[in-house]
Amino acid sequence: MGEEEELRVRRIENGTVIDHITAGQALNVTKILGIPDSSEGVVSVLLNSPGKCGKKDVVKIENRELKVTEVDRIALIAPNATINIIRNFNVSQKKKVHIPEFMEGVVRCINPNCISNSNEPITSRFNVTVDDDNLKLRCIYCGRVISENIAKHLL
Amino acid sequence: MRFKDHHIISMTSFSKDMIDHILETAEKMEPIARGKQKSDLLSGKVLAVLFFEPSTRTRMSFETAMYRLGGNVLNLGSIDASSIAKGETLADTIRVVDSYADAIVLRHPKEGAARLASEFSAIPILNAGDGAGHHPTQTLLDLYTIKRESQLEGLKIALVGDLKYGRTVHSLCYALSLYGAQITMISPRELRMPEEIINDLENRGAKVTELDSIEEAINDVDVLYMTRIQKERFPDPAEFQKVANRLKITPDLLKNVRPELRIMHPLPRVNEIHPEVDKTVHACYFKQAFYGVPVRMALVALVLGAMK
Repeated sequence: MGEEEELRVRRIENGTVIDHITAGQALNVTKILGIPDSSEGVVSVLLNSPGKCGKKDVVKIENRELKVTEVDRIALIAPNATINIIRNFNVSQKKKVHIPEFMEGVVRCINPNCISNSNEPITSRFNVTVDDDNLKLRCIYCGRVISENIAKHLL
Repeated sequence: MRFKDHHIISMTSFSKDMIDHILETAEKMEPIARGKQKSDLLSGKVLAVLFFEPSTRTRMSFETAMYRLGGNVLNLGSIDASSIAKGETLADTIRVVDSYADAIVLRHPKEGAARLASEFSAIPILNAGDGAGHHPTQTLLDLYTIKRESQLEGLKIALVGDLKYGRTVHSLCYALSLYGAQITMISPRELRMPEEIINDLENRGAKVTELDSIEEAINDVDVLYMTRIQKERFPDPAEFQKVANRLKITPDLLKNVRPELRIMHPLPRVNEIHPEVDKTVHACYFKQAFYGVPVRMALVALVLGAMK
């Protein structure tokens, strides 16, 4: 990250930096991670930051180390994101998100007549597949497939 | 093969061997289903029949299947008089009923209802139709009909009518793909088979063709599987009439067909098959309705562990 950006969003001492988020998706990323309700520290969101491969978003969460399984949920909308765990201003772990095979409670089924869209005591669940670089979510209840505008269907 | 305590939710979870085993078991049940042999195979067993949507054939054939095998049936009765009318969730209804019975037959208007029920039930769930989703017992009786009246291996079949909302044809297609069937789909543009299902079928090895009229296919198939087109699917009644007239079987249409051609229909029909067709060797829809009994007898006996 260049010096100019350092001025905009300062380095964090401890916590998690999610970098290389698809531009425009940072707020959806925080939504999936349940931020701010699930974090007490300061959360900084950087939109449209210039990166090596074009524009990207960055989310910095202070004083909270996200688990890989938690962050994998964002792979749906930001498949190229990286997770940096920061300790004492240094990157202590760096990982790419990977697309999970199964997703629970993140997205709503697009079929209005699906049982998961009723008052039953269940959460939405999807099997996730990647077909020619396209992400497909198949509802385990009704079988309906979501392959476009996944961010639009976040719970 | 172990079926005891299995849920019967969707055809997609059945292997060809499993289907063959169910059909063979159904064949053994046929004399009992016809009332020629008596059986007390399911004596002391209770089948709960939960129908959240109207049905004649499916409900009655499950009930008669249970009675013919010496078992008992527990009916939900009218929805209006039940706790469902008070707003009880399906999950709670299932948790209660599973302590009253040995297996549950469920029909529900929402897709995925049977899958949900299986998550909350300690006893086998038999899906008798979930919205526009799956209807596996109908599929199994369709396969049984094809096996008895035509042949399953190397089958050429044309599906006619509402292929978009018709749950029977979706389940049937999945199963036929296991037998490498050549499937011809004939439907109005508005009621075409959903693309995701066609893709799935092709990935599973079925050959799928789409045509516009019955005439184009009738001399080239072993089975014509007719379905009812519902008026409500069309905003314009004139358009419905046009489509309904085009996808209709009349005695004229059958004049030069092979004697082996079989016509099936899950019933109820409205006017897609002319009553004169009933007398021909091709008509097989009433037999099909009967075959639901031995097939459902086989399924209940298998999931309750009374047959292996």
